[in-house]
Amino acid sequence: MTSRHFKDHIREHRIFINRALIAFAFVLFLSGCLVARFYYLQVIQHDTYATLSDRNRVQLLSLPPPRGLIFDRNGELLADNRPSFSLTLVRERVPDMAATLEQLQGILDLTDEEVDRFYKRLQQRRRPYQPVALKLRLSEEEIARFSINRHRFPGVEVEAEAIRFYPMANTMAHVLGYVGRINEAELKVLDPVNYSGTNYTGKLGIEKVYEEVLHGKVGYQKVETNARGRVLRVLERIPPEAGRNISLHIDSRLQKVTERVLEGYRAAVVAIDVKTGGILAMVSTPSYDPNLFVTGIDQASYEALRDSPDIPLYNRAIRGRYPPASTIKPFVALAGLNADKTSWQHKVWDPGYYQIGGQGRRYRDWKRWGHGWVDLHHSIVQSCDVYFYDLAYRMGPDPMAEMLDKFGFGKVVAHDALGARVGILPSREWKQGALRQPWYPGDSLNTSIGQGYMLSTPLQLATATAVLANRGKWVTPRFIKEIEGQELPPIETPPDIVLENPQDWDRMFMAMRDVMHSSQGTGRASGRGASYEIAGKTGTAQVIGIAQNEEWDASQVEERHQDHALFIGFAPMEDPQIALAVVVENGIGGSTTAAPIARKIFDAHLLEQYEEPAEEPDPKQAVTRVN
Amino acid sequence: MKSSDFVRQLPEAGRHLGRPQSLSARLHIDVPLLVLLLILAGSGLFILYSASGASLDDVFKQAGRIGVAFVIMFALAQLDPATYRRWSLWIYLAGIGALIAVLVVGVGAKGAQRWLQLPGLPRFQPSEFMKLAVPMTVAWYLASRTLPPRLKHIAIAMGILGLPVLLVIEQPDLGTAILIAASGLVVLFMAGLSWKWIGGLAGLIAVGAPIMWFFVMLPYQKQRVLTFLNPEEDPLGSGWNIIQSKTAIGSGGLSGKGWLSGTQSHLDFLPESHTDFIIAVLAEEFGLLGVCLLLLLYVLIVARGLYIASQAQDTYSRLAAGCIAITFFVYVFVNIGMVSGLLPVVGVPLPLISYGGTSALTLMAGFGILMSIHTHKKMLTR
Repeated sequence: MTSRHFKDHIREHRIFINRALIAFAFVLFLSGCLVARFYYLQVIQHDTYATLSDRNRVQLLSLPPPRGLIFDRNGELLADNRPSFSLTLVRERVPDMAATLEQLQGILDLTDEEVDRFYKRLQQRRRPYQPVALKLRLSEEEIARFSINRHRFPGVEVEAEAIRFYPMANTMAHVLGYVGRINEAELKVLDPVNYSGTNYTGKLGIEKVYEEVLHGKVGYQKVETNARGRVLRVLERIPPEAGRNISLHIDSRLQKVTERVLEGYRAAVVAIDVKTGGILAMVSTPSYDPNLFVTGIDQASYEALRDSPDIPLYNRAIRGRYPPASTIKPFVALAGLNADKTSWQHKVWDPGYYQIGGQGRRYRDWKRWGHGWVDLHHSIVQSCDVYFYDLAYRMGPDPMAEMLDKFGFGKVVAHDALGARVGILPSREWKQGALRQPWYPGDSLNTSIGQGYMLSTPLQLATATAVLANRGKWVTPRFIKEIEGQELPPIETPPDIVLENPQDWDRMFMAMRDVMHSSQGTGRASGRGASYEIAGKTGTAQVIGIAQNEEWDASQVEERHQDHALFIGFAPMEDPQIALAVVVENGIGGSTTAAPIARKIFDAHLLEQYEEPAEEPDPKQAVTRVN
Repeated sequence: MKSSDFVRQLPEAGRHLGRPQSLSARLHIDVPLLVLLLILAGSGLFILYSASGASLDDVFKQAGRIGVAFVIMFALAQLDPATYRRWSLWIYLAGIGALIAVLVVGVGAKGAQRWLQLPGLPRFQPSEFMKLAVPMTVAWYLASRTLPPRLKHIAIAMGILGLPVLLVIEQPDLGTAILIAASGLVVLFMAGLSWKWIGGLAGLIAVGAPIMWFFVMLPYQKQRVLTFLNPEEDPLGSGWNIIQSKTAIGSGGLSGKGWLSGTQSHLDFLPESHTDFIIAVLAEEFGLLGVCLLLLLYVLIVARGLYIASQAQDTYSRLAAGCIAITFFVYVFVNIGMVSGLLPVVGVPLPLISYGGTSALTLMAGFGILMSIHTHKKMLTR
């Protein structure tokens, strides 16, 4: 037997026993490793994993608070929340995204834009099993069509959410603004906790100013979910605190009348309640439908709005800057009176023009042959420019700028008009700062008739008129009337205007009344037949704002170079209730275009004539019938 | 042959011949092993009930499979170990044929062909079958050579081992290939492979791993390894399983959340909770204590297996029995190590606990052979 074939069984057995023992030792060692590993996970790291497990299981679902409603002064609903249905997809449960979208396209009208936006939303960071919106605002028909086919689409659901609805659409757009989907920039600013369940935020107007009040406080629901995000039971619930309802001073009836009388114009009106400063109406035409913006406006509609030459998105009432023209005269006159540079008795000879020091450039009066001898009263009634040239030259810019500043020109005094502009109140300091030029006497002349550098917004004109109607007592213009269950925050009020001679208020009222009601008044056509007395002032502003290189067709060039028509006024004169300012772009004449508009608004508010007169009654026929 | 051989063997032999055979001996059953296996399978069904979301259906189905597996075990225990030794090579060759057939006409899913569907036979997985056939064949080969094995025999044993491993890698099924390789290597180790060679082999693996990485492993396999190294990198994708299983284990604590109260598994956060990841359910519901008890059960089974091996009469039986016991533990370790984040995720079920029939069948067949070895002793050894 060679060693090759010799098997030493004892040795082999010994080797095996030896190896088996080593192997068993190894088994024990590895088992020890496993025990150590589980000890590490289950004892040392227990708290960490227990927390992770709870976080898996227990979820804090935010319950978005219902947004506060907005009412007008009469309790008319201006902004509502309505249920809207959207189609959502859960990626983890959709087997084939591309095929699913294609099949959905056969059932619903999905635009490429919607599909693109969906893929963008899908890219954003999110938890597993979180639904992503594909199509918003499903119609009832679309819901029905989808429901029939639902079994074909695992992971696709119809979800309801409350979205903002503006029942008056265009009428309130420039007052309320609108809410829209929260964008990336807003995400950084908004409180991540309070907005955890909210998709919308105020973007403009009242919706933005009162966002905090309207939004409310988020609620929570502690729920146990499974891995697919399905809620199995509610463990705890803290209900959301609804946003507060607010009421505005806006009178939607007056707002509608105003919108109607401005139809066809690019124009703005601001009407203020003289007693409270509440804004009764604020209209800028043309307007737009804010409902389009809530769930995201489509590109074509947005471009149409953005590129329209009438710029409907532009809120002329608070952002349009116009030369106030002759509507500034009552305030300049008060400046002159207060500075003792003129009096109601002082008269000026108006040959149709004015020359500084009797020579040089001729500053023209709007009336070619002049008004002859004119006193202050008639300079207001007939809107005599020469009287004011003379006054401005003698007074200089400082008293004028000081008085106009007290009336709120050149600054924003409105409490809650978001985006209101300051306009320009020309003064020595302003000109030096803005243009690096000294003040010339001619600048004073231009300013005194509301031309030259002076620019003001319709809101500023209405505000100044309201202060005038209040005999200098300031009421800060505001939209907000009431916040449900909460005190209004204090509203800053500028110091009241005290004249050296308080009777000047009354004299000015009478002069402005005669503008509307005397035989020579520039606004007499609009004052005729009124059962109450109106105090007003017309203005006609030369247009200098249109850039010459812009391309308009010929007829538009013509139209857009015509004068702006302005009017300020308040009524009734003895006990002013409402003050307003009207600006009609390229309206040609303050007395011909702006004043009649104002009259209709006064009638509506004071006589409650909100309905459109059905047919202009023919007086002769009426008489015949009576007879 | 030395007289001491007789001294060593006689008491054992006397137990069988001298006294009337007990029922268990006549049935060729090793009672301690059977009891341990029954306890293990019973606990498995108990955990499965919770892991499957209290589905009695699943429990009955699995009980049926376990029952079949026990029947196979009884059947295989009746055969003489000599039969296994004689048939080893043929079984092996049939297995190789099946593996080649899988590559040619096999069926499967997810880009891997693992199943063979022969007319008239139930669908089966030849690689699973090779987990048993390969070590038995290596044992057969080495047992008829002098031990410890010499270079030539090692080389041939490695060849026997390597061919099916390569075929299984081709399927591709890296996890099973590694397990088959491991079982063959265990035989070599048990046969007394010198420490020099063991060290060399370890070095070879160290060098081979990068080669495997770049030339053999498929992207999904690499992804599993990467996920193992850093599961937090993709917590919602491929890292999800391991993070959730660690969370389940860790949140169980010392004594667990209680039977049927594991939130991770019952709320579906834990994937594969009733198959490969079932130990996480146990750990979550019964805590560290439950895990230790289960491990103890496994170690006892391995110990009994090794005891049977050490009592076996010939080298082939010893090697086969030792390998079956150690391989059983390898499965246990790989599965628990993977679920607890010690090892990369490979599809290895937890022996006799995880839901599924194939692995239980192979394991119980192995235990059948163990019992056969223990209960067919002859008076004299060769």
